[in-house]
Amino acid sequence: MIAWQSVGHMRWGWFLLSAAVLILLPLVTDTHTPTLLLIYALFALSLGMMWGYAGLLSFGHSAYFGLGAYTYAIAVINIGESTGPLLLSMAVPAVVAAVIGAMMFYGRISDVYMGVITLVVTLILFKFMSATAGDAYAIGAARLGGFNGIPGFLTLNVPGYPELSLFGLPTYYISVAALLLCYLLCRYILARSFGRVMVGIRENEARCELLGYNVPACKTAIFTLSAAMAGLAGCLYANMAEIVTPAVFSLKQAAEVLIWVIVGGLGTLIGPILGAMVLSYVKFLLGEQTLIDNSLILGVLLIVVVLGIPSGVVPALIRVWNRYLRRKRKREAQGAARRRLGIPSQEHP
Amino acid sequence: MDYAGVVTLEILYMIAFLALTSAGLAIVFGMMRVINLAHGEFVLLGGYATLKCSQLGINVYVAMLVIAPLLVGIVGLIVERLIIRFLYGRMIDTMLATWGLSLTLIGLVTLYFGPSAMSIPAPIPGYQLGTYQMGGYNLFIILITTALFAAMWGVLRFTRAGLIARGAMQGPDVVAALGYNPRTVYMVTFTVGAALSGLAGGVLAPLTGLLPSSGGAYIAKAFITVITGGAAVISGTLSSSIIFGTINQLVSFAAHPVIGEIAMLALAIILLRLMPRGITGRFFRDGT
Repeated sequence: MIAWQSVGHMRWGWFLLSAAVLILLPLVTDTHTPTLLLIYALFALSLGMMWGYAGLLSFGHSAYFGLGAYTYAIAVINIGESTGPLLLSMAVPAVVAAVIGAMMFYGRISDVYMGVITLVVTLILFKFMSATAGDAYAIGAARLGGFNGIPGFLTLNVPGYPELSLFGLPTYYISVAALLLCYLLCRYILARSFGRVMVGIRENEARCELLGYNVPACKTAIFTLSAAMAGLAGCLYANMAEIVTPAVFSLKQAAEVLIWVIVGGLGTLIGPILGAMVLSYVKFLLGEQTLIDNSLILGVLLIVVVLGIPSGVVPALIRVWNRYLRRKRKREAQGAARRRLGIPSQEHP
Repeated sequence: MDYAGVVTLEILYMIAFLALTSAGLAIVFGMMRVINLAHGEFVLLGGYATLKCSQLGINVYVAMLVIAPLLVGIVGLIVERLIIRFLYGRMIDTMLATWGLSLTLIGLVTLYFGPSAMSIPAPIPGYQLGTYQMGGYNLFIILITTALFAAMWGVLRFTRAGLIARGAMQGPDVVAALGYNPRTVYMVTFTVGAALSGLAGGVLAPLTGLLPSSGGAYIAKAFITVITGGAAVISGTLSSSIIFGTINQLVSFAAHPVIGEIAMLALAIILLRLMPRGITGRFFRDGT
């Protein structure tokens, strides 16, 4: 119970309000686009947790998203029941990230080189998956299908009952649950000592090390956790799209998630979530017109944010709001003091 | 025997390709510690400039060797003034901003040239090597790359500008001690780096074809070549180009071109793990 009482900056009111809105949303709108937005939000949350709090920037986080999607598709074709594949879609990216993370962090590689290595891993997966056309490339009964990807696999079902398929509205609610649970998990971690150490590493790695914390182990752990969350997002994405193609590993996907996180705001959890939702919705709206290319807008946005508000939109708004609150409180305090002393207020000279 | 010749030429071509596409990025990284993720699009712009010129009826060699570098150099200058100069010393932010720039340029190129692939006919015909048909243009690229690196070495080694550039590699203090403003040196460096990327794009355009999204293919290879090479521009770029080009082509011939690329990328990860400061951070430390 103690841990739950001190869940960092957890604002239960806002949390419950958002949950209620998400639960009631299907009453007013179609769930297809909202499901996609939720999945992207989860993906952004996974990177935001790692980048914003531990200061570890993975340039190719789409590797784990894509691995989750591919793992689910391959496993469900071979197994036929979705509970195992769902768990595998988190386990496989986690294991891959643990291996790569351990290799990087125990090798004490600096942030730029970490960027290179994570990007190269994504490129390898993209190249490999794009080249797997033909019967020679199959895992069990699942043909990898090269550039066309894997179509037509079973979607999630009620655990233990393969014939009770969950699709459409249930996928939406599963995505809502996944996002809310992962958010709570992140808050919980941030409130525990592990979360504090993580932030400590971001602020001053040498000091954390000298205080006796095992920095490489911590970094590997958070990288693994983040990859598992990205994998879950990938699994849900595969379920919604009903096809996985190598595009999940592409540089464009890798760039997009970075943009969502940095525009939303580093060092917050809600920033990446909102960034992903708003920006992908804008992209969705822009996709319906052909006047201006999508990449142009995303690119300009990224430049403007890095140059203008490097901390991201949400932290900047919070700062503005706090300043407003401070001013207001100061004014009220002055007003109260004047009244107490019988000085007429300045508004009525 | 003919087959050995083909393999050797292909390896040489791959080394030249890597060295040529990395040169601009390497100069900017070596002197400014800035990683320009829009490098692939700079290369691409050089290609499109050449295409536009050849459509307008300008001699293709003039287009690729003069106009493309000039034009992309000017783009580089504008980018340095508008974006890069605010971000010196913030490596990750520079990478993010230039990634944004890369997306912007892709968008602009798509707007102007359309999303479909375009090509320029190779100005040099193929030739016969034993029973194999070889591209004559590949030899031209090997030649140009050799000339370019010889010229770069000459400039760095024997001229005043080269001295300042080598000072810049040591650090901004050294430049200042030589009596120059590091900011100005950086501006010129970025412009020259962009011009070299434009040159690479122009020269390679007849061979690779042009597609708005194909900058990504250059940046990935150039990126690992430069980072693995380390901070010394010439020896670093050449040594990692030789390693990666050889591995890529040998594995490609033995298995499959895609496996060759994957082998190259995997090797890059291993090399970075073993030598986190690049090849020249470990060997030839005093080189240029």
